[in-house]
Amino acid sequence: MSKLFNSMIEWVDKRFPLTSNWRAHLSEYYAPKNFNFWYFFGSLALLVLVNQLITGIFLTMNYKPDASLAFSSVEYIMRDVDYGWLIRYMHSTGASMFFVVVYLHMFRGMMYGSYRKPRELLWLIGMVIFFVLMSLAFTGYILPWGQMSYWGAQVIVSMFGAIPTIGETLQHWLLGDFTLSDAALNRFFAYHVVTLPLILLILVFAHILALHEVGSNNPDGIEIKQNKNPTTGIPVDGIPFHPYYSVKDIVGVVVFLMVFCGIIFFAPEMGGYFLEYNNFIPANTLQTPDHIAPVWYFTPYYSMLRAVTVNFLWVDAKLWGVILMAGSVVIFCFLPWLDRSPVKSIRYKGAYFKTALTLFVISFFVLGWLGTKSPTPLYTLLAQIFTVIYFAFFILMPWYSKIDKTKPEPKRVKE
Amino acid sequence: MKKITILMFVVCMAPFSLFGSEPGMSLDSAPVNTIDNASLQRGAESFVNYCLTCHGASFMRYNRHRDIGFTNEQILDKLVFTGQKVGDLMQSAMWKKEGEEWFGVVPPDLSVIARSRGADWLYTYLRAFYRDDSTVTGWNNLVFDRAAMPHVLYQLQGEQKLVVKTSDKGEQKTLVLDKQGEMTKAEFDKFVGDLVNYLVYLGEPHANARKELGFIVMAFLLGMLVLSYALKREYWKDIH
Repeated sequence: MSKLFNSMIEWVDKRFPLTSNWRAHLSEYYAPKNFNFWYFFGSLALLVLVNQLITGIFLTMNYKPDASLAFSSVEYIMRDVDYGWLIRYMHSTGASMFFVVVYLHMFRGMMYGSYRKPRELLWLIGMVIFFVLMSLAFTGYILPWGQMSYWGAQVIVSMFGAIPTIGETLQHWLLGDFTLSDAALNRFFAYHVVTLPLILLILVFAHILALHEVGSNNPDGIEIKQNKNPTTGIPVDGIPFHPYYSVKDIVGVVVFLMVFCGIIFFAPEMGGYFLEYNNFIPANTLQTPDHIAPVWYFTPYYSMLRAVTVNFLWVDAKLWGVILMAGSVVIFCFLPWLDRSPVKSIRYKGAYFKTALTLFVISFFVLGWLGTKSPTPLYTLLAQIFTVIYFAFFILMPWYSKIDKTKPEPKRVKE
Repeated sequence: MKKITILMFVVCMAPFSLFGSEPGMSLDSAPVNTIDNASLQRGAESFVNYCLTCHGASFMRYNRHRDIGFTNEQILDKLVFTGQKVGDLMQSAMWKKEGEEWFGVVPPDLSVIARSRGADWLYTYLRAFYRDDSTVTGWNNLVFDRAAMPHVLYQLQGEQKLVVKTSDKGEQKTLVLDKQGEMTKAEFDKFVGDLVNYLVYLGEPHANARKELGFIVMAFLLGMLVLSYALKREYWKDIH
């Protein structure tokens, strides 16, 4: 049996680099042996991606991208399609959990300096993945054609209208109509199921290729490739990804699935955060809801969009809001060059960086919470204060990371 | 590092607990129990008698009510009045155009109303109608000001009137029964309770099956956790 198997592999290897790739990316890809809890979220993001692709395919089989049928086709899936409710909840919960794991994955990178040389490009590819993911979430949220789908999209599309000179034309070009209508629903469906997933898959492939070129960072932020066994050429602190991390990641996957399935089966609306209550009302183009709030993963940026209330320089408040909102996401791309610390990991960084990162996380959560609320003068003031803190984390980083009192890095990774 | 993580978590979660509730009219808690088939059956009958004339539940099929213990014959007998088939959708008997002429708005479809409004809101709303001569219908509602819907259940509940008390705490609005209806307050509360319970079921008919499947899946995952952790430990015992 194994002889037959070996000769089959041999046959394939002469025509396709199967064994060499298996070795390069799995059985002889050496990862640092000290990965901790935070290192589960990369493989979990991949799991959620597969979940979204598979459940998405089944949803398209019964979903109708038509403004007069979309809402009822979703309810048809929920009621009349066998296990349609399960497929739909897996997809809707998957969307939110995608952001949960990606935010934690990014936070890991920020804690351990995974964006630093030589991983700048890896970080940048990751950021583009994040932008595509946001576009996917936006186009996907429109599809059920509920009140929040419609009016949330209306807010986002109107942001393009704030761009001077070309704004209005651009907005009409994006929508294919003068207002958000069936034409927009159709094209957003096309982006959501074909264009964006295709781009996402290519980028994820590139992200993994780039990772395997430079090797994984670790909680100590030191390069394991600098300390190789002279005879074998293998990093002394490295262990083969397969089987060590493949079996470890399975444990992570099971724990994650327990959370994921807990939500799907016992709280699919997640208290109105994953499926908003107003989105169970069909889109009504004539009735603006009292309170428009995006889904939780966009609320920090939405807060910053609303935070600017005065015209400043020659730019009006709305455009400033849009600039800040875009800036708040794009600014992550500059991290590799903003961080001037001699060490990578938070373990060896000083009090300045730890304080700055803590403040950043707090501001991200507070802004997220404020984004779910109707604005009041107090909330707007809070949003303004925390927007300043959010940006200060990045803009002041070259200064505080340089003068921060760091500890010396160890030669070998710690347990 | 661990301390920082815990501190961050506590600080970040604080706003959610401190400001969790929004100001507004306090709602009565609806007696929802979607495994109580007797309540759901009573609610279903009330629904087709009092609601379905104007509102549709057009994502729901009649024969789905086998979920709550009806047989096809009982469904045809108790729920279907308009000569529809047992597998048909629960459409409203009213034309949309007529609805708009009569009420100013098309009465909304109620299939997922419990998911957008919530059970407590519906339970309070259906019991909070009062006489108000200033409105078109002659009725108003304490939780939905100038609701387009008249008080469909007034024969059962009777007529309530609004009493406004002004104190240093501000205005306090309460409803007082002015004319007794066919039911006592307790009977009417139970009637609306059954109806709202049914609306919750109607919003997500598979909810009970979902939770049942959930327990099986979680038990399976628990087993997987033990096995996968044992596998991990076995492989990792020689890594130091």
